[in-house]
Amino acid sequence: MTQSSANGISSPAAAARGTTSPIKLLLKGRAFFALIAIIIVFSFLSPNYLTVSNVLIMSSHVAIYGILAIGMLVVILSGGIDLSVGSILALCGVIAGALMQGVELKPLGVILFPPVWAVVVLTCALGALLGALNGILIALFRVPAFVTTLGVMYMARGIALLMTNGLTYNNLAGRPDLGNTGFDWLGFNRLFGVPISVLVLAALAVLTGLMLSRSSFGRWLYASGGNENAADLSGVPVKRVKITVYTLSGILSAIAGLVLSSQLTSAGPTAGTTYELTAIAAVVIGGAALTGGRGTVRGTMLGAFVIGFLSDGLVIIGVSSYWQTVFTGAVIVLAVLMNTIQYGARGIRQ
Amino acid sequence: MSDAATSRPAGEVVLAARNIAKSYNGVKALKGVNFDIHRGQVTTLFGENGAGKSTLMKILSGVAQPTSGEIVLDGQPIVFSSSTDARNHGISIIHQELSLAPNLSVRDNIFMGREITGPTGVDYAEEERQVRRLLAELEEDIDPLTPVEELRLGQQQIVEIARALSVDSRILIMDEPTSALSATEVEVLFSVIRDLTAKGVSIVYISHHLEEALQITDHAVVLRDGNMTAYAPRADIDLEWIVRNMVGENYDLGSPPTGHDFGPIMLSVRDLTVPDPAGGGYNVVDRMSLDVRAGEIVCIYGLMGAGRTELLETVAGKLSATSGEIALEGKEISHLAIGERIARGLALVPEDRQRYGLVQTMSVGQNLSLASIREFTRGVFTSLRLERALIQKSIRNVTVKTDGPDVAIGSLSGGNQQKVVIGKMLATDPKVILLDEPSRGIDIGAKAEVFRILAHHAAAGQAVVFTTSEVNECLSIAHRIIIMRRGRISAEFTSDITKEKIMAASGEAVAA
Repeated sequence: MTQSSANGISSPAAAARGTTSPIKLLLKGRAFFALIAIIIVFSFLSPNYLTVSNVLIMSSHVAIYGILAIGMLVVILSGGIDLSVGSILALCGVIAGALMQGVELKPLGVILFPPVWAVVVLTCALGALLGALNGILIALFRVPAFVTTLGVMYMARGIALLMTNGLTYNNLAGRPDLGNTGFDWLGFNRLFGVPISVLVLAALAVLTGLMLSRSSFGRWLYASGGNENAADLSGVPVKRVKITVYTLSGILSAIAGLVLSSQLTSAGPTAGTTYELTAIAAVVIGGAALTGGRGTVRGTMLGAFVIGFLSDGLVIIGVSSYWQTVFTGAVIVLAVLMNTIQYGARGIRQ
Repeated sequence: MSDAATSRPAGEVVLAARNIAKSYNGVKALKGVNFDIHRGQVTTLFGENGAGKSTLMKILSGVAQPTSGEIVLDGQPIVFSSSTDARNHGISIIHQELSLAPNLSVRDNIFMGREITGPTGVDYAEEERQVRRLLAELEEDIDPLTPVEELRLGQQQIVEIARALSVDSRILIMDEPTSALSATEVEVLFSVIRDLTAKGVSIVYISHHLEEALQITDHAVVLRDGNMTAYAPRADIDLEWIVRNMVGENYDLGSPPTGHDFGPIMLSVRDLTVPDPAGGGYNVVDRMSLDVRAGEIVCIYGLMGAGRTELLETVAGKLSATSGEIALEGKEISHLAIGERIARGLALVPEDRQRYGLVQTMSVGQNLSLASIREFTRGVFTSLRLERALIQKSIRNVTVKTDGPDVAIGSLSGGNQQKVVIGKMLATDPKVILLDEPSRGIDIGAKAEVFRILAHHAAAGQAVVFTTSEVNECLSIAHRIIIMRRGRISAEFTSDITKEKIMAASGEAVAA
């Protein structure tokens, strides 16, 4: 037999096995170190930055992006992309708003005020439906993911605008006499001092992390994203995996929509515009490969916090919001550059 | 065919390697290699995977620079800064992994990066004329405007060769140029090589197909573990000499396992018809029937395009048939998905392990366990303990040489990667195992091990079906040899048949 390990031609092996030099460690934990650096720098610049209350407020902002990014991560792991999350977020928010305002059934002459739990369930179901639509078009009809989700992005946004005529549903608090109060719980309440939205994010992250690392579905997902053909021939139900990830992404967008409209106590059709790009950025900063098959929830969470803590930090020290955009862009480019270095030439060739 | 070497006088030395050594991260890939490349002659590099052939080739073609030693071109020491630099000195390389743009036409690929330009941009008419001339020389009937992705692998290889020829190379390095070619295409290539050498072009040839290489070579350089173990002219060598120098001992691919009786029919294919998946409008498998018994090893031999791959892929569930029946242990399975067929005990090891066998982003262990995830899933979660046990068992079963289950799959040699793909499917505990060209692109030592594994599993009562383009492999371990030609069985033999009869039945010109 040959001794592949001895001849050194297969250098990635040596690198992977490799001695953990400080540079490699820095490269591997780059999202983590970036987050630490951001926190240190802004703590120096503003005494209010690293206080418990500010960190919790910033985290509740991160929650929206974070939830979307989890959905984006599973889609990107499968080798796809989901551009429709921002629009699904808005449409779901608007639907939730409409349901809170009451559904008028004209022929019966009644107005239904569904309880909050029903609103949440219906909204998530809508998100799932839109996600499944993406998934079915991509998996069964082989429409490229980019195009499919671009189309659904426009359609969902358009429907949200049509429904509201461009206006915003305000006052989602509900009325005690109708029994539909409690919608602001998601956005405003705290449990043990922590905003509910952050707890929701944490719970979703833990669940998704377990799914990816320990369930057979997780393994299917990594395999389909890494090499769809090989996964298919190994008996992995590749199509089912694809439909499932887009459905999950749709549900998570709906949850993010609920959290956002609860935080704002209003639901507008233009909410979440360009959030899909922020979510992609979080996933990429977290070290996932856009070609699929590589990435973790931990990385994606770090990516979401890097973006959130950076832009909020810039606001706190009074930097113009235009500069925030520039900084965020620079961080994304830097992150992709690092990914390229880490995954080496193999990543590029694909 | 070996008269080529003896009849021609040795030309002058055009390129020489002097004490070439190369280290990667302190690991020595080449340790002092010395040989000459003569004008108008074929020099073949022999060696197993990882022996240093690719490194040596990279150095000769300017892709890599030697750590020590020098290359002497026409008597002058020279350093190539890049492959373009080497090409400007008349040295071209044809890579084993094709480097063609599948979306572009044959013409555009051949002139990629050095388009002929006129006053009105690219002179397509002139390019097309030159391509037609080149392809005519190669006796290949390909329209220059066909997109490369529509060509068969063998034709793509021809295009790659045409591209190297189009730059008027003095020295042409060919890395496994025949791995995707049928026997007739190989003959064409060899006649092209003879024409080229007659014109004074020197060829550096690399092949795992030893007999084939012996037909064409004038000099042999044998590498083992980075050392040059032998260098001799054709007249002084034979097959055994090469193998002995390559592996250090004599290797036998084995003989059909005996001492066990065949069991009941495990796989039964009836009147299977499969249309061309590329949409060619004809049937690649044409009303074919086949029975395989438990414990039996069946070899399917045929040229490229004979329908071997499509037959196996249809049985495994990747392609669908227009008519016919596939039964596993007497039960119809044509309606089942791939995963369900695997669960019933049918496994396919695909031909192209990079595209269809391995998930490159996963570790060795995760690749090995990929087809048996259900085996170690308890409820919702996978059991790490059960998975680890399954992986360890597979590594032992197919003797994968790895630094542990967690290393990247890309770090293994070709032979070991192939064993991982085989191990992955064997881990599903199949009753019938189909292997499409299991020996493609792996060295002779790994080949022998792969066949030993198959023989072992057949003796344990599994039914084994494998395809090959090498007659010797059919003759070595198969109990029954089936020749496929244009989607049908053209002949069926037992293992005591001769090579010539097999090749005649497959539609090949009988090689001398």
